[in-house]
Amino acid sequence: MPHHVKSKALSHLRICDFTGQLAGAGATKFMAAFGAEVIRIEDPSNHGRWDILRGMPPYVDDRRGPELGGPFNNHNVGKLGISLNIKTEKGRELFERLVAISDCVTENFSSGVMRSWGYDYDALKQLKEDIIYVSNCGFGHSGPYEKFKTWGPIVQATSGLTMSSAIPDQPPAGWGYSYMDHTGAYFMAMAIMLAIHHRNRTGEGQYVDVAATEAALTLNGPVLLDYTVNGRPLRRDGYPDANHSVSPAMAPHNIYAAKPIPGSFDEAWIAIACRNDEDWHAMRDVLVADGCDWAADDGYGQISGRMAAQDELDEHIAEWCLRRDPFQSAEMLKQAGVPANAVQTPEQRIDQDVNSAEARVWPTIRQAEMGRVRVDGIPAHFSETDWSMTRGAATLGEDNDYVYGELLGLSQDEIAGLHEEGVI
Amino acid sequence: MTTSSNLLAMMALDDLRVLEIGDERGAWCGKLLADMGADVIKIEPPDGDPSRRYEPFVDDEPHHERSLFFWYYNTSKRSVVMDFNERSNADAFLKLVESADIIFDTNTYDPIGRLGLDYHQVMADNPRLIWCTITNFGFGSVRDDEPHTDLTLAANGGFAWMNGYDDHSLPPVRGGGQQAYHTGSNYAFMSILTALLHRDATGVGQHINVNINASVNVTTEAGSYSWLVAHATVQRQTGRHAGVAPSMPSQIKCADGRYVNTGIPPRRPAEFGLVYQWLEEEGLLDALPEAPLLQVGGQLESFSLADVFSGDNEELLAIFGAGREAFDLLASKLTAYEFFTKAQNLGFQVGVIHSPEEALEDPHFVDRGMQVKVEHPELGREVIYPGAPYQLTKGSWGITRRPPLLGEHTDEVLSGLE
Repeated sequence: MPHHVKSKALSHLRICDFTGQLAGAGATKFMAAFGAEVIRIEDPSNHGRWDILRGMPPYVDDRRGPELGGPFNNHNVGKLGISLNIKTEKGRELFERLVAISDCVTENFSSGVMRSWGYDYDALKQLKEDIIYVSNCGFGHSGPYEKFKTWGPIVQATSGLTMSSAIPDQPPAGWGYSYMDHTGAYFMAMAIMLAIHHRNRTGEGQYVDVAATEAALTLNGPVLLDYTVNGRPLRRDGYPDANHSVSPAMAPHNIYAAKPIPGSFDEAWIAIACRNDEDWHAMRDVLVADGCDWAADDGYGQISGRMAAQDELDEHIAEWCLRRDPFQSAEMLKQAGVPANAVQTPEQRIDQDVNSAEARVWPTIRQAEMGRVRVDGIPAHFSETDWSMTRGAATLGEDNDYVYGELLGLSQDEIAGLHEEGVI
Repeated sequence: MTTSSNLLAMMALDDLRVLEIGDERGAWCGKLLADMGADVIKIEPPDGDPSRRYEPFVDDEPHHERSLFFWYYNTSKRSVVMDFNERSNADAFLKLVESADIIFDTNTYDPIGRLGLDYHQVMADNPRLIWCTITNFGFGSVRDDEPHTDLTLAANGGFAWMNGYDDHSLPPVRGGGQQAYHTGSNYAFMSILTALLHRDATGVGQHINVNINASVNVTTEAGSYSWLVAHATVQRQTGRHAGVAPSMPSQIKCADGRYVNTGIPPRRPAEFGLVYQWLEEEGLLDALPEAPLLQVGGQLESFSLADVFSGDNEELLAIFGAGREAFDLLASKLTAYEFFTKAQNLGFQVGVIHSPEEALEDPHFVDRGMQVKVEHPELGREVIYPGAPYQLTKGSWGITRRPPLLGEHTDEVLSGLE
């Protein structure tokens, strides 16, 4: 299905949306792509700058300004945008009218912000009996750290994900970006849709408290049970060891330096993973045929031997990997049935990997001031109600006429007056 | 401490039956469904799901009922053994499909083809069915035949390029856990819920094609959009965002040898004042020659960060430098946990770098119910699992049963079919 056909999957839903940055904005972006009417509310008094990404780099050209930031556009594709100053009496009245015609209210402020405005779940429920209110903040809306502030790297640090991303005898490498802003948004989207299905079944709305740190904690995986059952902590000598694999046991399993590609960066890397003895025997044959006699050593034949001699094995393989660029070596191994892949640069994975076109995952949208620009799409396609992305992030108040005029029934004069007064 | 949920309480997805066919790539998606109440039936080959043989094992004793890897991903599910190599199972499989709302598969066992069934016919006969495939490169990709693991998918899709150290002689680092598979499963669950809401409204099901490589690709923040928007490439840095240009370190080793992420260091006048006071409370003013600059910073009118980054205002630069020095000094005198809580109580966004087990035992997460006890009667043990990834107040999350024994529910499920 082409990208421009609007999805009907969620077109019966309207979201009154205070989310921003990525941890919140990513959730409603997903739903907007499937047709939900997401009405994103921004404060006109500071040009929507609560969202610190507004106007942040990268930029498509030399122009700068709050409507020209790449990340803000990327995370807000397909949403409607209105301006509304919630601190004015008339602004509150408009917000309350919007809530009354919405299915959900969403936000990712620090805990307590909505409450300070007088809009906790009970207040929102007064405006619409079956409203669903979903908040997403770092530590959630209760507990000892309720008032603590976070962004992606802090969520990753406190949940265990930063620490577990490391190689032995080095400090944490962590995640080189806000993995948990993306993924916190995924969990927020799940939470919203779970609550809607519950409402579809029962007629009742609810409050959902999403804490990105808790979503992150659940992503640590089996190491948690190794601790609670076997008493084995990840903080122990020789660990974490993220490029090796003890669970499940695989060897060789690592990222090795490869011969750089002329004209590209002066470093290149290849990931190799032998899942089992069969994979190793196939890799051994490739290596022996390439003159690596050491690979024929019987000691490597079984997983126990390879795990025990992992460092020695790594040294040998590292030498072999330097012979060719990572795409060439990976191709030799994959042909033999062994998992291997170049550590791809952004250019390689986005513009040179044949899977990009197949996946149709980088749609080009049009944003009012930036023009045509590519964005992160959705890595799934639906046979009946596929997603679409055509319009970039709304400029400040770009959809005021539609929302205040058509949805709330205000006249052009009234809208102009509210704008004049700084309400919208 | 929370115990596993009351079976009588309604759960958001307890109206749904799900068939899970496949390997560890989709198991996380199945857990997300099952812990919300869906009746997830994991169909296993006669020798069991491969991950039953993955380390670690209970007491390090290898056995297909003792894999903690399998346990982690298979709470709240039921297990049915069905051999897809036996065409005589086609009828039973079709009846299972008729009883199901959702199927997701990682295409590993190719059940349809091997049972001699036609996928299109199955979909046509079950118009309400939601069928989600989770594959490395998307259903039918030209790269479909390539062998991959979580590591090689992380390398292909962009995770690995993002993570590592300032020292580029050290390799890129795969994050802990199996985050490429998790990310594919996260998208599968979001997609299934989307299709479910559409079915709630229309009664119509559909096929969903989830691509793990593409899921990783769109989960790299500036890694992707720096290239998409400006054709710029980010480079990995120790413990902080990979950048097109290098940035200041943001990870400090504390007095106890553990690390904190300093997040956003002091940068507003009031914050310089707070750091000064903090140094004073710890008796460290004399240990920091630049401390008076913090006092000066505390008295400033507001200024724009652009003035700082332009580098023209030497006094501002010195004040910012003093703020970082103060953080370094405080961290060197305090444990990581003390630094974290004291700084956060002053309003600074810093984070203690916990190991996974330390996070599970952190008082905040304990208070929030993130330790959930699940009975494993066969082993006479009560096992602590991590709790809810989101807190619904109605129809909420819960582990409804321990992970299933191999084929534990084959008879009860198959005999219950018409």
